[in-house]
Amino acid sequence: MQTLAPVDLSLIEPTLDTYADVPGSLITILQETQETYGYLPMEAMELIAERTNTPIATIVGVATFYAQFRLEPVGKHLIMLCQGTACHVNGSELISAAITDELGIEDGGTTDDGLFSLKHVACLGCCSLSPVMMINGNTYGSLTPDKARKILRELAAENAEGGEAQ
Amino acid sequence: MRIIVGEGSCGLAAGAGAVHTALEALFAQSNPDGVELGITGCIGMCFLEPIVDVYEDDGTLHRLVKVQAKDAQTIYDAVTSGDLSLADKLLISPEDEQFLAKQTRVALRHCGVIDPESIDDYLANGGYQAIAKVLATGMSQEDVIEQIDIAGLRGRGGAGFSTAFKWRAARDAKADETGQKYLICNADEGDPGAFMDRAVIEGDPHSLIEGMLIGAYSIGASEAIVYVRAEYPLAITRLRKAIADATERGYLGEHICGSDFSCTLRIKAGAGAFVCGEETALIESLEGKRGMPRLKPPFPAQAGYWLKPSNINNVETYANVAWIIKHGGEAFAAMGTENSKGTKVFALSGKIARGGLVEVPMGTTLREVIFGIGGGIRDGREFKAVQLGGPSGGCVPASKLDTVIDYNELAATGAIMGSGGMVVMDESTCMVSMARFFLDFTAKESCGKCTHCRLGTKRMLEILDRIVTGKGEAGDIEKLEDLCYAIKDGALCGLGQTAPNPVLTTIRYFRDELEAHIDEHRCPAGECRELISYSIDKTKCIGCTACARQCPVGAIAGERKSPHQIDPALCIKCGNCKTACRFGAVQVA
Repeated sequence: MQTLAPVDLSLIEPTLDTYADVPGSLITILQETQETYGYLPMEAMELIAERTNTPIATIVGVATFYAQFRLEPVGKHLIMLCQGTACHVNGSELISAAITDELGIEDGGTTDDGLFSLKHVACLGCCSLSPVMMINGNTYGSLTPDKARKILRELAAENAEGGEAQ
Repeated sequence: MRIIVGEGSCGLAAGAGAVHTALEALFAQSNPDGVELGITGCIGMCFLEPIVDVYEDDGTLHRLVKVQAKDAQTIYDAVTSGDLSLADKLLISPEDEQFLAKQTRVALRHCGVIDPESIDDYLANGGYQAIAKVLATGMSQEDVIEQIDIAGLRGRGGAGFSTAFKWRAARDAKADETGQKYLICNADEGDPGAFMDRAVIEGDPHSLIEGMLIGAYSIGASEAIVYVRAEYPLAITRLRKAIADATERGYLGEHICGSDFSCTLRIKAGAGAFVCGEETALIESLEGKRGMPRLKPPFPAQAGYWLKPSNINNVETYANVAWIIKHGGEAFAAMGTENSKGTKVFALSGKIARGGLVEVPMGTTLREVIFGIGGGIRDGREFKAVQLGGPSGGCVPASKLDTVIDYNELAATGAIMGSGGMVVMDESTCMVSMARFFLDFTAKESCGKCTHCRLGTKRMLEILDRIVTGKGEAGDIEKLEDLCYAIKDGALCGLGQTAPNPVLTTIRYFRDELEAHIDEHRCPAGECRELISYSIDKTKCIGCTACARQCPVGAIAGERKSPHQIDPALCIKCGNCKTACRFGAVQVA
């Protein structure tokens, strides 16, 4: 498990100032909080609970209900593997197996070096390019297990080069 | 001349952004004829993305397909020289043109035609004339609802409930002392195989706004909300701009078109939960809570968002409204069947030759959509089934291909109209695995409120997991059936009540396949990994080594130019060898 940097709670003050007193805004607050930190730190949820005068259980209840929210930080490259019907029909399971084999992580996991996280996601809507995965906003379509491995190796290599350059 | 790049999510994923940038760079250097470069939303021909439309000044269209950034120079040369034949190698084929030519577009009428980021483009195409007509000619609330009633418009989100009935109920519901009523749009398109709602918002956001305005007027709502999936960032961006533009031009806000009618519209981004497609769960989510369905009654029309009278329809439903008001309910009702009027949009995907968005009049056969428009199965394989309605629907076999698109007719097959996902499968798709796929989805997405859905889907998934791994037992099919009917009867909301449909249709149409898995531990489609093995046909293998080089675990051995073998103990059944072999020597059994 990586050690996490201390969370700067002042970063979500503007969000809380805007929404803390607006009824029904909890999801919006959580979305902006996640936008800020990349995940929902427990300290931030505690602050939200205090400022919105809501039990922490309610906050965590909402945070764990929706697929969008993460309670742990993600790796540098978030692999979003589409689980839509068309991708399933066109072999997304093989892609998932190849990624797991290549990186040693399952859905929801992050590699020890913090480089990759794998998340199975609902339909990305690029059904004609299926099977599809999205990494850092780039869509990779018409995948084969082999192609998926190559993409991951390229990203890892790029990262290694970047590291040496520094 | 105008050059329009198709920039829906699908087009952008295929590289439309790079094409646009490349064209922009060329025209920035030199553009003597003042060629305009613009964008449009999803054209619907996903299989040809990225698409670039070149319009001559007289309106003649040259549709260029599968364009890559490297083709920008060719397009530039063709357009600036005036000799468009220079780009002929990119031109759409006459067969592919049929994909659009055979459609009737109402909900998608502006998609791929107008610039979704320009309100002027929408206005120039007859936009906001319907709401202006309603307000200027003094149509009463009932006059408007009457037209929707005559049109026979039914909800396009899944259940197919009468839109006019819902609007009347919300209009007649007594508001409290605040007088507040809400009009809500369900844009939480959850079916993992449907993307028409996103295409409408990305390609024609103003028609959604206009449809919602007409709805809000009819029920007496002064506040409208669009609940959009957060996974649709581009749709949210474009809708946000459309709302700002419409507000600035007086189509949203106070005294719309100078009338007494006022209405605001805002976006609420969902956070990813399939159950939020259920209207009361959606309302809970709008209120910032876990999206768990409420008991009905009271219905949203009586006590919805913040317990005020509320009306909810989905995107495609609203996208039809302005058209109906403009052309009259009769024109809409002239299309379709006795109890299903107008058109329906389908997202055609899977093993189809031409996949994309298809809008056809109700009453069209499945065969016409899949073979006539979609071009049948790709790679010359055999059609096996089509999945309609996603996790709430079912797989319809070849024997039912002549079923017409109609709420009742489709329901009779065991599938549903649903929101319009249409995923086509060929003989290599295992129907048992397909049923397991959907149960896995609903079991994960069950909100957990009612026992039948929470535990029932889990138990069904366990049985299906057993079957696809060769551990099925005699009596499993009967157990599945029992669970199906118990869940249907006992579940609180639509998610649970329809969750058994994919399994029931598999039992109904593909029982032999289920039995092969259970009794013989065999997957006839060759998909279930635990039940198949790979081998090389010695008579076909020429020893090219292509498969051995692709094998990630070194399970294939053999001398060059002599037949290879696969070591079953090492093989992980990834299928790389089968893909790599150009001689059909790799066999799956």
